[in-house]
Amino acid sequence: MPSTIYLDHNATSPLCETSRDAMQSLLQDDGSWGNPSSPHATGHAARIRLEEARETVADFLGGDAHEIVFVSGGTEADNLAIRGHARAASQPGHIVTSAVEHPAVLEAVAELERIGWEVTRVGVDPSGLVDPEEIRAAINPKTSLVSIMAANNETGVMQPIEDIAAIARERGVALHVDAVQAAPWVSIDVDDPAADYLSISSHKLGGPAGIGALWVREGAPVAPLLAGGGQEQRRRPGTEAVLLACGFAAATRAVQADADRTRRIRALRDRFESEIARRARGVRAVRAHGAAVMRLPNTTSLMAEGLDNETLVVKLDLMGIAVSTGSACSTGSSRPSHVLAAMGLTAEQSRATIRISLGRATMPSEIERAVDAIADAIGPTTHAARGRTDAARKVS
Amino acid sequence: MARVLVGMSGGVDSSVAAALLARAGHEVIGVSLQIYDHSASGRTARCCSPADFLDARRVADRFGFRYYVLNREEAFTSRVLDDFVDEYLRGRTPNPCVRCNAEVKFETLAALARDLDAQAIATGHYARLSDDETTGERWLLRARDRDKDQSYFLFDLTPEQIRLAIFPLGEMTKDDVRAMARELGLGTADKPDSQDVCFVEGGDYRGFVSARMAQRGLSEDEGEMLDAVGNAIGRHRGLSHYTIGQRRGLGVAASRRLYVIGIDPAANTVRLGSEEDLACRSLRLTRVRFHGATPHGGFETLVKARYRHPGIRGWVTPDDRGGAQIDLCEDLRGAAPGQAAVFYDGDRVLGGGWIEADMPTGTAHETRLSEAAPARS
Repeated sequence: MPSTIYLDHNATSPLCETSRDAMQSLLQDDGSWGNPSSPHATGHAARIRLEEARETVADFLGGDAHEIVFVSGGTEADNLAIRGHARAASQPGHIVTSAVEHPAVLEAVAELERIGWEVTRVGVDPSGLVDPEEIRAAINPKTSLVSIMAANNETGVMQPIEDIAAIARERGVALHVDAVQAAPWVSIDVDDPAADYLSISSHKLGGPAGIGALWVREGAPVAPLLAGGGQEQRRRPGTEAVLLACGFAAATRAVQADADRTRRIRALRDRFESEIARRARGVRAVRAHGAAVMRLPNTTSLMAEGLDNETLVVKLDLMGIAVSTGSACSTGSSRPSHVLAAMGLTAEQSRATIRISLGRATMPSEIERAVDAIADAIGPTTHAARGRTDAARKVS
Repeated sequence: MARVLVGMSGGVDSSVAAALLARAGHEVIGVSLQIYDHSASGRTARCCSPADFLDARRVADRFGFRYYVLNREEAFTSRVLDDFVDEYLRGRTPNPCVRCNAEVKFETLAALARDLDAQAIATGHYARLSDDETTGERWLLRARDRDKDQSYFLFDLTPEQIRLAIFPLGEMTKDDVRAMARELGLGTADKPDSQDVCFVEGGDYRGFVSARMAQRGLSEDEGEMLDAVGNAIGRHRGLSHYTIGQRRGLGVAASRRLYVIGIDPAANTVRLGSEEDLACRSLRLTRVRFHGATPHGGFETLVKARYRHPGIRGWVTPDDRGGAQIDLCEDLRGAAPGQAAVFYDGDRVLGGGWIEADMPTGTAHETRLSEAAPARS
């Protein structure tokens, strides 16, 4: 059996060579296993490595090194931004977010709601876009934070962060941007558009899982969520994961160095979508959600009407193509995607949708094979309905 | 070598079934169904929990076959769980396992087999199949191990499901299976057997039904408890608290032992009587399934009215509404509406149906049984 064609990079991306090399050299270097907080030379060596990594990640985001808080990943970064912001406030306020955010944001916001915060969750239009004017209208005197994702993990739809940032600035409200999914594709500059908190995750960028960063603008309030030591400028206690930080930093360098990535992968993705549309014509109605608006260059949220996405994912996996039903976080859940529901899709349409997400190393030949497999899998002989209807059940 | 889908619960039986097929060289694809969110209860269940899926996953990893978890919570909730509660509210005693097998597990596996071009679907059920070469029919048979036989729970499988099915454990005893699990080095070899209904923790049916009723905003009224001849002798707490044959928790003091002998949802009454009053000689069934050709007229058969029931001989008369009447040779104790009655000819499962009502001894047309009726051919 030929090797798997991995088209689920929004779930996680394989470790890139640059990141692996950086970690391998660190593992072989006897002098850098220390605790960065230790006073001796061993601690010093680790501290140097850690701070180098911090500078690299800061550079990737256009921020300053002291504004970077290393955390365990995107989920913790989102939690620290939102709940850390709230813990630093003297009294409950108001937060504005959207209906299509990642569960890490939605659940953190729900947690604030439980401790007395008011929450406004703005909807999206059928293409998945937040209307900045709705955010403006939602802001009230108690509002202290707006949290909006740069790009959606299920559809790739990119939000108008520039406009939202301008409104937040104008109204004197802090802005948290969940850039976990956008970071591999969109060059990020925390000053343009200006944000106050920004989350990224290492493993989506080709670094190791288990580390991410929250960038916190100098002066933006944030209180730690964990009790412990004073690491990460008293924002995230716990001995720093130097090895992972170095792998993370190296991955950001590799992404930056691949300046052509967006153009190259968008061309492949677009060819994939047009080929699927062509091959499905007259066979089955297919559609890419959010295709009319700005999307990440690597993501296709593909609906093949009448099919069951779980069955389709299994069928494709047996054909050597790894894709997903939606987000990896919601796999195993019976609930249809909250993102597609917010876009006005029915539960049935949501269950007919699979996510294909390309990586920087995806090859044209892999896309050709994937097109063949997917066109075959969504062909007329597949019925893949989730359970029969009662009418079809025998009565006698 | 065929592509075979194997339904895996994470228990020892389905683990061995999958491992045997893989070892025989088939392209096995393991499938577990997430049908119930055990995390909501906060307790560790006996099957179909994440820990069980991990056990199944380890078997797949060890024998090098693919393994998937599919979510069927919606189908399970609408076809099995809600029906389970509704049946209790109607004063009946549901059999969720039969429904789950036919309408969730085998339904899912058969549909998946079509989509994945699999030639067969297998489970760890104790049952056998035999092909009748002259008629081309395939029959469901009891397992070799009569004590573990699960054919009762499989009577409602569709002809297509039976055509696709493989039961690798049909010739084995439970001890054989455990020994085989050890021989194959499976971590599930000494896992305890699942008991009762998988989604009801610790056999607390009452607590489960109450919790589901509360979730769905359902309630029920108290009503009168009657004696065998219809005199009011107390109050009942709602029909869902009672099943036919129950003698605990009736809340009525009496000189002799009392049993629930009837539940009337229309009148909202529960009738109590002696053990003798539980006896019946005739059953009315609905939604009867006949394996093989639907018989003309009636036939004699062995009827099992619940899983552990040894069976009583009876005469089955199909009606024209997809149901049947069964007239029994001897008294059947505690036949409960909602349970399945399954027909056997020796090891062969001829069919079965759902008990709608029982009729007391003496009302049945017993004469027919005295006529020497030929066994169904």
